[in-house]
Amino acid sequence: MSRLLAMLVAISVLPFAIAPLAAQDSMPPAPYAYRQLDDSGLEARARGLMEELRCLKCQSQSIADSDAPMAGDMRHQVRLRIAAGEDPEAIREWMMERYGDYVSYAPVVSRTTWPLYVGPVVLLLIAGLLLWRRFRKVA
Amino acid sequence: MIAELGLAALWLAAALAALQLVAGALAVWRGGEESGGELAGLIRPAAIVQGVLCVFSFAMLVWLFVRTDLSVKLVAMNSHSDKPLIFKIAGSWGNHEGSMLLWITVMSAAGALIAFVERRLPERTMQATLAAQSFVALGFYAFLLLSSNPFERLPTPAVEGNGLNPLLQDIGLAFHPPTLYLGYVGLSVAFSFAVGALITRQVTPEFARAMRPWVLGAWIFLTVGITAGSYWAYYELGWGGWWFWDPVENASLMPWLAATALLHSASVLAARDALRAWTIMLGVVAFSMSMIGTFLVRSGILTSVHAFAVDPERGSFILGLLVIYIGGALAVFGLRAGSVAEGEKFSAVSREGALVVNNVLLSAILGVVLLGTLYPLLTEAMGVRVSVGPPYFDPVGTVFVVPMLLAMMVGPLLRWRGDRLERVRKPALIALVCLAGGLAVAIALRAGVLSTIGLALSAGLAVASVMPLRGRSLRRLPIATWGMVIAHLGIAVALFGMASERAFNKEELAAIKVGETATVGPWSVKLAAVDPVAGANWTAIEAVMQASYAGGKPVELHPQARSFWSPPQETTESALATRWNGQLYAVLGKAADSERWQVRLWWKPFVTLIWYGGLMIALGGLLALIGRVREDLRRRIVQRKAGERRAEAVP
Repeated sequence: MSRLLAMLVAISVLPFAIAPLAAQDSMPPAPYAYRQLDDSGLEARARGLMEELRCLKCQSQSIADSDAPMAGDMRHQVRLRIAAGEDPEAIREWMMERYGDYVSYAPVVSRTTWPLYVGPVVLLLIAGLLLWRRFRKVA
Repeated sequence: MIAELGLAALWLAAALAALQLVAGALAVWRGGEESGGELAGLIRPAAIVQGVLCVFSFAMLVWLFVRTDLSVKLVAMNSHSDKPLIFKIAGSWGNHEGSMLLWITVMSAAGALIAFVERRLPERTMQATLAAQSFVALGFYAFLLLSSNPFERLPTPAVEGNGLNPLLQDIGLAFHPPTLYLGYVGLSVAFSFAVGALITRQVTPEFARAMRPWVLGAWIFLTVGITAGSYWAYYELGWGGWWFWDPVENASLMPWLAATALLHSASVLAARDALRAWTIMLGVVAFSMSMIGTFLVRSGILTSVHAFAVDPERGSFILGLLVIYIGGALAVFGLRAGSVAEGEKFSAVSREGALVVNNVLLSAILGVVLLGTLYPLLTEAMGVRVSVGPPYFDPVGTVFVVPMLLAMMVGPLLRWRGDRLERVRKPALIALVCLAGGLAVAIALRAGVLSTIGLALSAGLAVASVMPLRGRSLRRLPIATWGMVIAHLGIAVALFGMASERAFNKEELAAIKVGETATVGPWSVKLAAVDPVAGANWTAIEAVMQASYAGGKPVELHPQARSFWSPPQETTESALATRWNGQLYAVLGKAADSERWQVRLWWKPFVTLIWYGGLMIALGGLLALIGRVREDLRRRIVQRKAGERRAEAVP
């Protein structure tokens, strides 16, 4: 008898037990994760930015290339803000404030990243020097 | 018993490599065959038997996987009895230990081949080369036997295996690693040749001719490997991207760039006896890039589908090998390069001049990719995380690629040694007009800056690359020249595909009910049905889509959302409709609500040209390889006949 009672209680409680679990499982509703903006110009701007933001849960993919829920959430954010008239660079700033510089695939010139930009210039100079030295003698 | 046989063969092979190293070093030390005597006679047989033993050992591993012998740890960790046979076989190299065994197998087989066939070079150079080859191999044997034994048994056999990463259960992926490894390892042969020639100071055109087929072969495999890897990423990852500047992709691109430069400088050395030290340097750099690639991919520094060995000990081991080989080779280079004469002179306006420009710029691009790949790892070690991605590589790379492609348009038209620009004015003008035409069209279509540059350059390059055929008898043209023309044209074709995909890509994300239609570019795509389907080790939801191009006859597409259960993972299987002018890319997403399904559609004009271009480049390499090998064989026959005639004339 007590087992039957326990089962009844369990069955009646079960729907309530499942509901919050399900809510926890899914991210906050993000309709623009898988939906484009109606204005094609705005969508192009959003896409340009999405391709330069890193999906933080993936291996080397942008949020424009990912099925991860977090990437979807970020796409939603980008599209909403673009639709609200925000500048893509301002949104990038906001993302970087929230998730760190790591989120942007375009490294800004800073104390830690300057070699990335000085390096190619040095390479260019070395290439020029090598060619100049090589051809100076004969020409 | 199978596992023990494989392991025993591997130990024997390692012992032979040690013998080969000692015998080779002693023979070189004492100076050639005369005084090296009996010990020198051991070198070639040791290399050949070592190759046979490794192939045998690898065959034993494949057999274990085919039988799904769950008492072997590696099989239990990476295989499953339900897996289709082809993926059981591919599973033998779809893991760290197996892939390292494949690496050493290919490497020792290559060593056996040069020991068997290569008889042009001075014997002492060959001894040094084979000693260098065995020195490199020995490091990998140590790595395999001491820290990554593929034949390790479990104390108690497993009941069932863990399965293979579902992303890797794909026919393209089954052959992707062996292809790239053949490329990497081919470069190890070039490296050994370079070190051998450096030790004996015999950097001659003959040496370049002996090394060239190996560089060409390696380069062909790398080209095919990169092309296939890119196409795999494109259709398997489900978002239509084909290159991500992922460190793992860069790890395969860097050896390719170095091998491309080496290929061209070896040609200069073979034809004109110039660029001696530079060719040697590139030989060292090319294999160093393979090693760095292996280190990045396998050490666990990067987490990806490629990083099987997330074990710091193994990472340090590879790093140690890297330092020994690259450092050692650079030290030998530093000691000897000064005593290797620079070679013949040439003027700036000449075939060699253009090839030097190509070489320097390719090396600079290599430098940029290396910097962009390693820099984030460096800052991460210091506690700062930086992302370097397409917004960095695309524009910075373009700065170097544009002058390189311009040199590539003119270079093949110039004569060796010295030439006048006036002589090639007409073909160069034609190519420039095409370039300007491409530029005008791209600007009119508002293609974006990088795409406009790409479209214009591809138009100019396509025309310029066939110009060497002008005024020549096509039937009598050497095969190697055909190879060059086709490979250069392939660059133009691939570049056009890349620029076109970037500029004219159309995207449509929609949530539609069964029976509804979505449109993307010229396509209208009807979602006809959504059904569950099942495979050997997965279940899936499959959509039936009827796609029609500009109102034409519909083609049926079947994109799937798959769920694997061992190990549990979800993948999207995209469906493609290919036309001559591009591809429709369709993906089935999740259910949007109770009735509607997420679908993702892309129309990518001329995207397939990226990979056709890649295959053309590889085909060009293959033709060049055939042409060169035939030339060499003919030369040998002529030399032998001349020798016989001389022998007959003597008595």
